[in-house]
Amino acid sequence: MKNRKDVKHAGGAFREGVHELWKNKTLYAMMLPTIVWVAVFCYVPMYGVMIAFKKFSYKEGIWGSPSVGFKNFEFLFHYKGVGRIFFNTIFLNILFIATGTILSIVLALVFVEIKNKVYNKVVQTIAIFPHFVSWTVVAMFLSGIIGGSGTLTKWIIENGGNDPKFYNNPSWWPLILVLLKIWQGAGYGTIVYVAAITGFDQEMYEAARVDGATRLQTITKITLPLLKTTAIMLTIMSIGKIFSGDFGMIYAVIGDTSQLYPTTDVIDTFVYRALRQLNNLGMSTATSLFQSLVGLVMVFATNAITKKVEPDAAIF
Amino acid sequence: MSKTIVKNKKIKKSKGEVIFDVVVYILATLFCVYCLYPFAIILGSSFETEANFATHGFAIIPKEFTTKAYKMVLGDGQIFKAYGVTIFVTVVGTLISMLLTITMAYPLSLKKIKYRNVVTFFVYFTMLFNGGLVPTYLLVSKTLNMKNNIFVLIIPVAFGAWNMFLMRNFFAGIPTELAESAYMDGANDFQILRKIILPVSVPGIATISLFYALGYWNQWFNAMLYIESSDLFPLQYLLMRMLRTVDAMKEMARTTGVAMGEIPANSLRMATTVVAIGPIVLLYPYAQRYFTSGLTVGAIKG
Repeated sequence: MKNRKDVKHAGGAFREGVHELWKNKTLYAMMLPTIVWVAVFCYVPMYGVMIAFKKFSYKEGIWGSPSVGFKNFEFLFHYKGVGRIFFNTIFLNILFIATGTILSIVLALVFVEIKNKVYNKVVQTIAIFPHFVSWTVVAMFLSGIIGGSGTLTKWIIENGGNDPKFYNNPSWWPLILVLLKIWQGAGYGTIVYVAAITGFDQEMYEAARVDGATRLQTITKITLPLLKTTAIMLTIMSIGKIFSGDFGMIYAVIGDTSQLYPTTDVIDTFVYRALRQLNNLGMSTATSLFQSLVGLVMVFATNAITKKVEPDAAIF
Repeated sequence: MSKTIVKNKKIKKSKGEVIFDVVVYILATLFCVYCLYPFAIILGSSFETEANFATHGFAIIPKEFTTKAYKMVLGDGQIFKAYGVTIFVTVVGTLISMLLTITMAYPLSLKKIKYRNVVTFFVYFTMLFNGGLVPTYLLVSKTLNMKNNIFVLIIPVAFGAWNMFLMRNFFAGIPTELAESAYMDGANDFQILRKIILPVSVPGIATISLFYALGYWNQWFNAMLYIESSDLFPLQYLLMRMLRTVDAMKEMARTTGVAMGEIPANSLRMATTVVAIGPIVLLYPYAQRYFTSGLTVGAIKG
């Protein structure tokens, strides 16, 4: 008796589901192609992470390849220089976040203080533009500045310096990468801050001015304290992504220049190399799985922190 | 903003205020110079005579002006082909992407869709966790066998979850009365989307299309992974090869009939770069406001 009731109940839910699908059939049908795309290009590769636990061979495929437990992970963590790769990923990201945040805020403060409308528009247009240029173009001009015949290289030599050989010397590169990241992203980063500042109650500023505050004082006493939550929010969000390297940037600029790996090799470039050069698919997959899992933990952790600091800004 | 400008003019500026203004203008100008300098290097050295690179290096103002590199760019079949590939991928890719994005975003923006939370999570989860490079590589190159197919530059990257949520937020901001009255008149959901929702969503559609188009224009990673035939190289990947490999220059020597030693490698690289960023430079001033609005709308909780 009981069983039949359950079946009937399940049937009811099923019928209800069919009814809902039928009632809005056009809308559900509309979503179908995209659902299929997501299933194929996002969920099928998730099944593929099994390669991390296998000794993968093309012939036998993902399912047929023999299982090796955590061997790939062991191999990864004993791989020479892997600590350096993890360190570079986090270290470079911290540099990018710190310099990017500070510069974006300073530039935003500067932009809103430019009262000449035309100049204001011109300045912001120029500052944001580099964000829309690809890293391959960046790699191109970088070679023209610090390459063998680069402007800077020639200038150093002409002024009696030694050839700095930038492309052979890894110690320069954290600085170079930071400068490139600023070039590409600091202007773009101001958009959010400029929007926030222009959204602040202007009466506050007028009142402060009437009381004799200088513009510098209105910045330090009104704008910066008000910007604090936005800045903290954005920083927390980027800390959630601290374990993923910017492959597009690093690979385009560094490529396979192995002399520079000590300071520039990050998890994402290593994953690519493990696939294309070392041809070690198991280790490559193990690395990205490890990275994904740490990333997932970071997102949830930073979200939990956000919830405490600024509940409205939490993602979930 | 304009109110404060008027007020500032009325107040007589103190010395401190003047210094403040000067510092602000200098900082802004310096940053702009920093942003523009690389472009000046690219443009200047694209007109430089090749022999000067070894002696004088790259410069903003060429020592000896020549348009040889541009003549080669125009005469080279490969750069032309790469341009064609990039334009095709950008136009067709953006159309496909918008189709996939709108048809997902619109239903998810409607409260009457009971399973929208399930679907939303289905999409959202892919932003938190992904299979990574190797499984995707195997799927595309082996299972789907898309290597050396121009659509490998489009299909695997055709949909962006973040863009879809942005689009959904745009749709959700449209007053529901608009659709409801059409619904009363007997229109179906597809007609409502096409005749009512899309026309009022033009700014949102423009923003998202521009994000996608830019992504396609600047893309090189999938070409590096999946394309071996030089006929299908997009512009960005060709640039990368020109910078990194001798092969690319050899190929150019072959297609243009110029001897390998005669190729103005440095100025040719820069001239190709100019050609690659040209369209972005020309369109950007018109598109800028959409990018900024897209970013600020994106701040709305997903």
